[in-house]
Formats: sequence, structure tokens, C-alpha cells
Amino acid sequence: MTTLLDQFQLWLKGFWPEWAAYIVPAIAGILVIIAFVLTIVIFYIWWERRLLGRFQIRTGPNRCGPEGIFQPIATAVKILLKEDIVPDKADKLIHFIAPIIVFVPILMIFAVIPISEGAILVDLNVGIIYVVAISSISIIGIFMASWASNNKYSLISGMRSIAQMVSYELPVVLSIVGVVLVAGSFSMLKIVEAQTIPFILLQPLGFIVFFLGALAEMNRSPFDLLEADSEIVAGYHIEYSGMKFAMFYLGEYGVALAYAGIITTLFLSGWQGPGLPPIIWFLIKIIAVFTLIVWMRATLPRLRVDQLMSFAWKGLLPMAVLNLVIVAVEVLLIPASMQWVMFILNFAFAAVLILLWSKLFTLGGGRVEV
Amino acid sequence: MKFERYGIGIARGMALTFRHLFRSPITVQYPEQKLVTSRRIRGNELVWFPEKCTGCATCAKSCPQGNIVIVTHGDEGSKFIVDKFELDSGRCMFCGLCVESCPYDALAMGLNYECAKYRRGDLVLSKEKLTVAADHQPSAYYRPQFEGKLPKQSLLLWNKADGGQKLRFLPLSTRKRGSGA
Amino acid sequence: MSIQTEPFILNIGPQHPSTHGVFRLRVTLDGEVVVNVEPVIGYLHRGIEKLAEGRTYTQNIPFTDRLDYLSSMTNNLAYCLAMEKLADIKVPERAEYIRVIFSEIMRISSHLMAVGFFINDLGAMMTPVLYMWREREKIMDMFEMVSGQRLLYNFMRIGGVSQDIPGEFLPAVKKFVAEMPKYLDEYDQLLAKNEILLVRSKGVGILPKETAISIGASGPVLRASGVKWDIRQLDPYSIYERFDFAIPTGEVGDCYDRYWVRMQEMRQSVRILEQALAQMPEKGEVCASVPQFFRPPRGEAYGYIEAPKGNLGFYIVSDGSIAPYRLHIYPPTLINITALQDMVKGWKVADLIIIFGSIDVVLGEIDR
Repeated sequence: MTTLLDQFQLWLKGFWPEWAAYIVPAIAGILVIIAFVLTIVIFYIWWERRLLGRFQIRTGPNRCGPEGIFQPIATAVKILLKEDIVPDKADKLIHFIAPIIVFVPILMIFAVIPISEGAILVDLNVGIIYVVAISSISIIGIFMASWASNNKYSLISGMRSIAQMVSYELPVVLSIVGVVLVAGSFSMLKIVEAQTIPFILLQPLGFIVFFLGALAEMNRSPFDLLEADSEIVAGYHIEYSGMKFAMFYLGEYGVALAYAGIITTLFLSGWQGPGLPPIIWFLIKIIAVFTLIVWMRATLPRLRVDQLMSFAWKGLLPMAVLNLVIVAVEVLLIPASMQWVMFILNFAFAAVLILLWSKLFTLGGGRVEV
Repeated sequence: MKFERYGIGIARGMALTFRHLFRSPITVQYPEQKLVTSRRIRGNELVWFPEKCTGCATCAKSCPQGNIVIVTHGDEGSKFIVDKFELDSGRCMFCGLCVESCPYDALAMGLNYECAKYRRGDLVLSKEKLTVAADHQPSAYYRPQFEGKLPKQSLLLWNKADGGQKLRFLPLSTRKRGSGA
Repeated sequence: MSIQTEPFILNIGPQHPSTHGVFRLRVTLDGEVVVNVEPVIGYLHRGIEKLAEGRTYTQNIPFTDRLDYLSSMTNNLAYCLAMEKLADIKVPERAEYIRVIFSEIMRISSHLMAVGFFINDLGAMMTPVLYMWREREKIMDMFEMVSGQRLLYNFMRIGGVSQDIPGEFLPAVKKFVAEMPKYLDEYDQLLAKNEILLVRSKGVGILPKETAISIGASGPVLRASGVKWDIRQLDPYSIYERFDFAIPTGEVGDCYDRYWVRMQEMRQSVRILEQALAQMPEKGEVCASVPQFFRPPRGEAYGYIEAPKGNLGFYIVSDGSIAPYRLHIYPPTLINITALQDMVKGWKVADLIIIFGSIDVVLGEIDR
């Protein structure tokens, strides 16, 4: 199906010159996307703080505006009004560019996430590969920020970040390939349309691997050792203040929104659902995914860096590969009309594999018999 | 074979956190809601009863830091008249040793805890500010005779039969907020 | 081909979210592995031992509150015990029971704070801390009812306690004791079998039994290493021989064992409280009569108790006047920290923070 933007451009071609009919809807689409992202990010900040408060038997912020809905705006204003301090011996150029490199790719991901029926900025036929490629650029930005700050704490954080982000890309990409096999195409719109049964039911193992990998890519608990508050006191953005810190802060919630959107598209059947208009279903689903992310943040302590690496390489990667093999075999053998068989088989495999892999968990760093 | 550490501990922990979503929060929205302090609170501004005080300065001797300054002069006969009775409440640690040592029950702890001032010099309280008055009542610390007039304390313990963390506030404190300067 | 590396010194400075106070550690790191650690203390030194020489014995009691400010009733108790040994004062029966009840409730409060912040250092974002502080809030409310303050109580006196307990106190304690095991079970559900906690703290920072005994460790740190040593049962002070409770010991001496020992000690404290509430006499005096400017006989005495952090002792030398000649405080956490270098070598930065958190230090006690 054609996207809304294509239809708009076609209609405009009727009475405007070719180049105007091309540029104006594109700019309008970009502005709509940016507005959508910023609004939902502000909502996310409010939702996370209130929800964390309720998990911790306290109310969250409720003073700024009714029930605290202006609190994120107050936070944003406060951050913007702060003085922009650059350390004396820091590498000025890299210190300046790093927040931009972290923030802009996150905005670029939203070009291929379908918000509603046909509401996508551009329906690339390699949509999901574009997402994987662009989201890897932020890693460089984080490393630049930590290296250029001339601070030992942020150096430790930078070293950890390279290890963590690179090693969690692999399970994420492999579980995406599992989805693509069943859907038959890379394009995001076609993946959503192929989900008559949501893929979370058809590939539970793939969902778990993708979700944990995405948590690590987002630097959120329990993998938030890049900015471990109790150890290295804010990690890679320790020397940033003012607008640059605002970019890191918004980038963190922006990437949470981006991954929530991707999970919804890939596993939860996007904007499909009975009854309500599609955009409302999309919003409900991204808020549900975000609630799950906040719930994990509220409960779990964080992992150490070598345990994180061993979890990725020894735990998630073999499971992702096995998931891929199982799904490939099933796609070959099971005809398209009997997809629900995959549901039963995959749940059984997931349970068996998780139980078997738990034997791998060694305690005490492998050094002690406990 | 025995299976352990496959994620069940994390799942049970998350179930507990989820259950807490349905308990009402224990936050007190200060300053609209205030908890009633205990009757024996060692509050900020001491309360002095001039009729009972004989100027013996036992309180000044028993303060670990020497915060109380008393200047008296003799009257005809054997009584003392107290000229200056000053308490440096900025240095005071509110231990209550002065109240405990007074042999004539002339000193008591105050009830207030909201007495911030803008200047450090204002924290030195002279005898006019310390004298008992309608808005400057004593607390029952070491003075059980004042217990009857004070309201009961609001405790977090007395919540609804479980599940609920609802605080039961006793009627809100009717004292006004401390004045500024 | 090997990569050439060079160790660097990181200063986990006095202001840090996880040092439980103003405590400085100069850490030599090789990558993420800790090579050497040098603690620097003294940022909270207030000169309590010197100040005590200029004040009478009763005036020193508020100063002892401020040593381990999270469990101030037990500090008061140790000091009063030392004075009662020195001057041979008999404490009335009801006062002894009141002292035991307060000490055990204080132990619960201190352990809640210790375990809560241990989990916070692990990264659990304040959630377990706030759950444990709900119980601590109840404890502070009860103490406010009795003594008027919420943190630094100044309640025990030489020869007993300062005032009698109000009528609402005992029903409140009974309700607290009845509810506490259920909340302890909730903490166990949240934490005890949590895979991430297990993986990060089992086998980490082991203090072997011989090292623990040879450096003179005490308290939960010693018990977690496998030594069954509790002054309340080995050398009972006050009336502890009348109560029946167990001493939980760990097996290995790692961080998980120290956490586990504290959780079990809270359950044992609840047991002692139940027995004390049942046995307490209805009426009685609460303080032996001691003059305000008390002159004990010449001599010296050492009074020690099982404080929540370990073996807290006060050594008092008196020359017959109204102020002590010398007051020395034996802080358990200072002695426990001497093992830090051995425990930490070879582990990573993240482990250093948790090992330090599991020893449970309070800087007021170390620096005095």
C-alpha cells in the first residue's frame, strides 16, 4: 500500500510544479515526525517519574501543573538555563560534536517507523536494515563524549560502552532476521501487515533476546553500567551541562521511544487491533513496552561489565542463533496457513533452551566453589 | 536434574514490585498536610516560665555547649531577678539536658520545628521570645503535666489492615507556619 | 603480542554517592581490575574524645549519640554500661527491659539501613531502600513518641533511662513486632534469590576466617566468615542471658553472606523483642538515682556491647572529678575496614563499591 505521504504528494502534483510537490510534503512530514517524537518523549519522562514513584510507594512529582505534567518542561527549562562548562584540558571540538552524533541518529530512526495505517515517512524496502545501521552510529558519539572529557571516570565508562554496545548488536540483529524470515520482507510496513498473529506469540525466544539486547543498547537497567550512578557517577556525560546534557538526556528517552516503536512494529503487530483507531493502538503499545522497561529499571540491580559480556556472548548469542535455525526450519516445513503450529513448537523450544542455558550461570566469577 | 537461576528469582521480585503499584503511597504532602508530632517533641524554641524561675542557672551549667546565658542581680532579700535569659538556638543541639536538670520546672522544650530565620543573629532568642505565651506552648518532654493538652501523635504504624499504607492522620496540626524574618 | 598497559590512580573522593559518608579511597586500577586501595579517613573528625574531657559524664551522652548516628541508642547503652561498671551502680529491672527493647529495635533499624544501601550500591535504584525505610519510618515514629527526637535520641542515662515510656508505646511495639516478619518475607521475595544479586555478590570479596579473627573484626562481618561470636551470648551484659535466640553465621564470608547474616539477625531481634515484651514488669523505677554532677570513684572501666556494627567499647578513666580524665572509643567499623585491602585486590571497580558497602560503615564512628 502507498503511504500517506505518497498520496499527499500525488495530490499536490495536480496543481504545483514537480519539485514543490516533492519538497513541501517531505518537510511537512519531517516536522510532524519531530513534533511527535518530542511530545511522546516529554510524556515518557513524566510517565517514568510517576511510575517509578508508584513502584516505590511514593507519589512522583505532582507539584508543577496538575499531577505534575509540566515537570518535564520545567526540567528542560532548568537544563537549558544552566551554564555550559567545558573542562580546560578537554578536546574542544570532539567535546562539542559528541552530543550531536548521539542525538541525530536517534531522530533519523523514526523515518521508518509506521505510526498508523500508512503513516510512515518513507517506506524503504530495506527498512529494518536501515534502523540497525543508523542506531549503531550513536555508539561512536558516546565514545567520543567519554574520551574527550579528560576525566578518568568517563574513560572507564567509555571503555565499557564500546564493549557493551558492540557485543549486544549481534543478538539483536540475529533475532531481527528471525522476524524477517517469517514476514518475508525487510520493509517495515510489510512486516506489520504480515502479522495476523503477532510475532511475540510465534517467536517468544526471539522477543526475549531482542528485548534484552535492546535494553542493553539503550543503557537502561539492568545494563546501565555506562552511567552507573553509584559507581562512576554519571559515566560518559559527567562533564556535560546545559544544552549538551539536554541532548544526552533527550537522546536517552528518544532511543527508548525508538526501540519501543521497533518492538511494537516487529513483534506486537504495530498499529493493528480491533475497535479503536490505529494510532491509539500504537500509542497503547508503545506505552506498554515502556512500562515494562521502567518496571525492570525499578526492580533490578545492575550487572558487572564482565558478567554483561558473558551474558551476551555465552547466553544471548547462542540462543539467537538457535532461534534463527529453528525458525528457518519451521518456515520451510510449515505451510503458511498453519502458523499456529509455530506458536506451540516455539514456546516449547524457548522453555527448554532457557532452562538448559541457566546451567551456564557460574557464580563467584568462576573462581570460587559456591 | 535441578534447575535453578533461570530467571524465577527476578520474576518473583518483579511481581512484588508490581503489587506495590496498588498500595497507596505513604507520601505526606507537606505543607498542606502535616503530621502531628509527638507530645514529647524536643522542639526548637524553649519555653520559659518566669514566675517559677529563680535564676539558679542550673540549666546553663548543664548545657554541654554553654548555650544559655543568664544574668541576674540580687533583690532586697534573698531572691534573684533575671535580667537576661538568652538561648543561642543556632548552636543548640536540642538534647534536653537543661530541661531535665531544672529543679523548679521553669523550663520546657518548645513544640515548633519550623523556625528558619534569614539571619544568624536572629537565632539568638531573648527572654521575651522564650516566655510562655498563647502561641508558645511547652511540650511534654520530661514535663508530664503538659501532656494532657497536646494531641496524640500520628503514627505510620496504624494503617488499615494491611495492603493499605494509608496514613491515618489525626486532625492536622493547627499551628501556623513559622514566620520568616 | 601483548598490549602494554599502565595502572592509573582513581580517586573515589570524599564526595561520592556510594561512600556512605565522607570517605576517600585512592584506588590503583589496571583497566578495571583493582591493584591497590588506600583509604584516607579523617574528613569527619570532630574531636569527641577530647571534647569529652571538658564535660561532665551526663553531658557526654549527647556526644555519644553522634558517633554511629544511625544507631544512637546502642552507643548510649555502651557508655552507660561503662560508667555503671566504673561506679558499681545497679540498674532497676524495668529499666533493663526498656534498654533491651530499644537496643533490639535499634538493631533492626540499623540493619535495614545497611542492607538497603548495600542493594542501592548494586544499582537497584532506591526501590528496596524505600521499602525498608517504610519500616524504619515506623521505628522512628515509635522512638519519637518516647524521646522526642527521630534520630539522635539521648535517652539512656547512667543508671537507667531518662523517662518512663508512655502508654501507647507498648501496643505500638507489639503491632510492629507482629507485622515485621511479613515484611521481612517480602524483602526475601524481592532479593534473596534474585539472580543478579547472586551473581554479583556470591563469592565476591571473601574474608577468610583466619584473617577475620586475626584483624579483630566483629559484628556481622565476623559472623559471616563463619565464626560464631556474639557478645550477647558469650559474655552477656544487661539481661541478655534471659532471652533465647540463635546466632546466624555465614559459610564463606562473601558479600552475600554478610547481607544474609543481617537479614537473619533482624529475625532474631524480633524474637528477642517478643520475649522481652512478654517478660517486662508492669511498674518500676526507670533510673537509679545518680546526682547531676556525678563523681565516680577513681579508676578505669571498659564497657562493651554488641552494637549493630560490631563490638563497640568505651574505655573511661576517671580521676574522681566531675569530668572523665580520658574517654576512648573503640569503633568496630574502623577495625573492620583494615581488611579492605585484602578483600578487594583482584576484583573490579564495581566490586570494590559493593564490598565496601557490605562492611557497612558509618563515618561518624570511624572518625569520631
